Amino acid sequence: MPADLPATADVAIIGAGPAGLAAAVRLRERGIGHVVVLDREAEPGGIPRHCGHYPYGVREYGRLMKGPAYARRNVEAARRAGVAIFPRTTVVRLDAGPLLTVSRDDGVSQIAAGRVLLSTGVREATRAQRLIGGTKPGGVLSTGALQGLVYLEGLRPFERPVVLGTELVAFSALMTCGHLGIRPVAMIEPGAATTARWPAGLYPRLRGIPLLLGTRIEEIVGRERVEAVVVRGPDGARRTIGTDGVIVSGGFRPEATLLDASHLVRDPRTGGPEVDQFGRCSDPAFFAAGNMLHPVETAGWCWREGRAVADAIADSLAGLLPARDAVVRLETSGDMLKYVLPQVLVPDRRAAPLGRLQLRLSRPAHGTLTLRQGTDARALARIDSRPERRITVPLDRLPPLVSGQAQLALQDGPR
Amino acid sequence: MSADQAVANGTLDVAVIGGGVVGCAIVRRLALAGWRACLLEKAPDILDGASKGNSAILHTGFDAPPGSLEARCIAEGYAEFRAIHARLGLPLIETGALVLAWDDAQEARLDDLMAKARRNGVDDVEPLSARALRALEPELAPSVKAGFRVPGEHVIDPWSTPYAYLLQAVENGALFLPRCAVTGGAFDGARWTLRTSRGQIRARLVVNAAGLHGDRVERLLTGESGFTIRPRKGQFVVFDKPAAGLCRHILLPVPSETTKGIVVCRTAYGNLLVGPTAEEQDDRERAAVDRATLERLRAAGEAILPALAGQEVNAVYAGLRPATERKDYRIAARDGLNYVAVGGIRSTGLSAALGIARHVLGLCEGLAGGAATPPERPVWPALRNIAEGRPRDWQAPGNGGIVCHCELVTRREIEEALRGPLRAQSLAGLKRRTRVTMGRCQGFYCTAELAAITAGRFARPIAGAPARDAAAGEPAERAHAG
Repeated sequence: MPADLPATADVAIIGAGPAGLAAAVRLRERGIGHVVVLDREAEPGGIPRHCGHYPYGVREYGRLMKGPAYARRNVEAARRAGVAIFPRTTVVRLDAGPLLTVSRDDGVSQIAAGRVLLSTGVREATRAQRLIGGTKPGGVLSTGALQGLVYLEGLRPFERPVVLGTELVAFSALMTCGHLGIRPVAMIEPGAATTARWPAGLYPRLRGIPLLLGTRIEEIVGRERVEAVVVRGPDGARRTIGTDGVIVSGGFRPEATLLDASHLVRDPRTGGPEVDQFGRCSDPAFFAAGNMLHPVETAGWCWREGRAVADAIADSLAGLLPARDAVVRLETSGDMLKYVLPQVLVPDRRAAPLGRLQLRLSRPAHGTLTLRQGTDARALARIDSRPERRITVPLDRLPPLVSGQAQLALQDGPR
Repeated sequence: MSADQAVANGTLDVAVIGGGVVGCAIVRRLALAGWRACLLEKAPDILDGASKGNSAILHTGFDAPPGSLEARCIAEGYAEFRAIHARLGLPLIETGALVLAWDDAQEARLDDLMAKARRNGVDDVEPLSARALRALEPELAPSVKAGFRVPGEHVIDPWSTPYAYLLQAVENGALFLPRCAVTGGAFDGARWTLRTSRGQIRARLVVNAAGLHGDRVERLLTGESGFTIRPRKGQFVVFDKPAAGLCRHILLPVPSETTKGIVVCRTAYGNLLVGPTAEEQDDRERAAVDRATLERLRAAGEAILPALAGQEVNAVYAGLRPATERKDYRIAARDGLNYVAVGGIRSTGLSAALGIARHVLGLCEGLAGGAATPPERPVWPALRNIAEGRPRDWQAPGNGGIVCHCELVTRREIEEALRGPLRAQSLAGLKRRTRVTMGRCQGFYCTAELAAITAGRFARPIAGAPARDAAAGEPAERAHAG
């Protein structure tokens, strides 16, 4: 019998991953009385629960851990801090108030909260979203599904899969395979170079796995189970690779379905909620932290961001945050910048949890990042980077801005 | 006497071959009419062929050839579905359809199409100007020229509908034999003896509703076939739920001779669907999608609803229609052979199935020289609703918690689908019964838990063997405590 859900809370946190749990602990440290964390999974902890490899926890806890141990540590820390965690509790609707509508085994109920933190994380792009052709046999899995099968259920879904993608998570998939002695037959990347910088420790594991750059999966072959993939290489030639599985990795997007039917403003560029530098949404009683803001960052980044946004929530409850009006809206121009976070800035120079502009590129680019408001333009940084890599600029490097719009652009230039 | 006893002692009345929507509807009609009937399906589950992928529309038959058997079956099927759907717990999303003309040539055909609709008994069609169309559907591309409204075209659930038909058949005494492929048969003047992968089955009559394999089954049984199946593939793109807010009506193009063309419509599950294509192929089993066509479908959808640009894709799929060399249905009774062929049922099969079943019952009665005695109190099982916008299990106490987060499928719904006479035998069957993994994440979150819930239930488990049996790996670290 699950514990009874309260009808009210000072702060309700949706999602018990690194960001949500770290925020919960920090809120208790700041003296907030009633902090509840709602998570739809059977066990709290978030994605690290099924990332059975290093490195987690070094900056947070001063020791090197695997994902599941890190997830347990975050959960224990929250429980010790007096946070009430409710697993198998799905928030199905957000309303102003804030008012959360929740589904559990015992049906539907509501929680009225002083503040709400959204920390619902990310998911990977699916085979369907990538419009990969072919039939639909079993054995096509996202990294998340693969790791759930391996680390949560102790299953072995295939023996010689191909891995699609070269973001950091693809290397996590390789480590998951290595854990079971599963030997991927190829790593396939549509781009001309790997997306992630290769952590040096991964090189040995990668040895012997062909890396096919500039290559797309055109077709998945098989009726019941995957039998092969047909790929098209940089020379335009098609060839067939025998395999029994496809790991479709990366292409992260916020798990932000709750925003769809809500009153909160969504940023089409990140796919997550539009926030200011305090992590505050368009309805200032709602905050967000972690990967739902920025597909995708490390667990440690999300953990620290959760703590920082918790401070803003505590300040907000104490009436200490500046009002979220007369904001500066950051627009991106050109097609090189995929997104910028925060999307709006309150003209207030105090330290804020999102103390750096976070940017991502939509394609490999180098040049000068400039911020323009009216006729004033200022060069903020030199950038030479690739998609899915972290780019940040401290907010205190920004010139004074007035409410209205400001344009960020990346101007091509020499490396 | 039940149908399985009748199979055992060789007194079965009718063997229906093929567990698509048409076969399910036929065996239901036969059971409700008191016949001892049996449904033979070669796959482990129903809906493994043409009925697996269609556009999920309940058609009025407004554009069917007037006077054709197809037109009659659609009209009767439509009327019966409307009469019974609530009793069986089946959703009916009353959208209406708009037939849209995008150029002068198409616009010139609208009057003929409306006249044809009236000849088909669909007399509530209503011509609409471009302005009126855009008032009804504000997201419609401004280049629309004109069109008309067909208020009676609706959206239904392509999977729970045939399940409900078969469930009612079984609960009224019919027998369902999955994994039962017909390999041959002979008629001795009184009875058929069918050779199948599950042994011999004797029945007075045989109904061939084998869909994509209909002509082959007919040749196996009678040595020849009156029709030839020419599979026609249709690819579809399904968009995530926010896209369903972009239109209320089913948006139909002006149809051509061979196809109804690319449709945009909501689904019973609250998504938006764009498709199908019409591609001839020889393969009767393989329904593959390809990137170029999917991109073309996406562009076609955006040409109709520009706001579709940037909407997330949920799923892509392809289905095969069992077209033949002729347009009309190929339904015929063979005198002296106690055999009824039900062939060439294309995209209108879902709408017409109940009407086809009534027609086939009449043919069976003609062959057998009389009617059976219907059950005094027929059983009306009701399915649990899984369609969007109606009461769902996640709202009810005791649901066991939500397992599939995207489609809000509860543990109780999954466990129910794994029980009973029509229990799911595969992940595909479980998806069709419950919608698990059919949402935007396509199993990112729930695959592991589904593998645990279904362990030992499926001939082909969701994901391989337990890792501890594998020599190479250490036992996987388990994140749950206890």
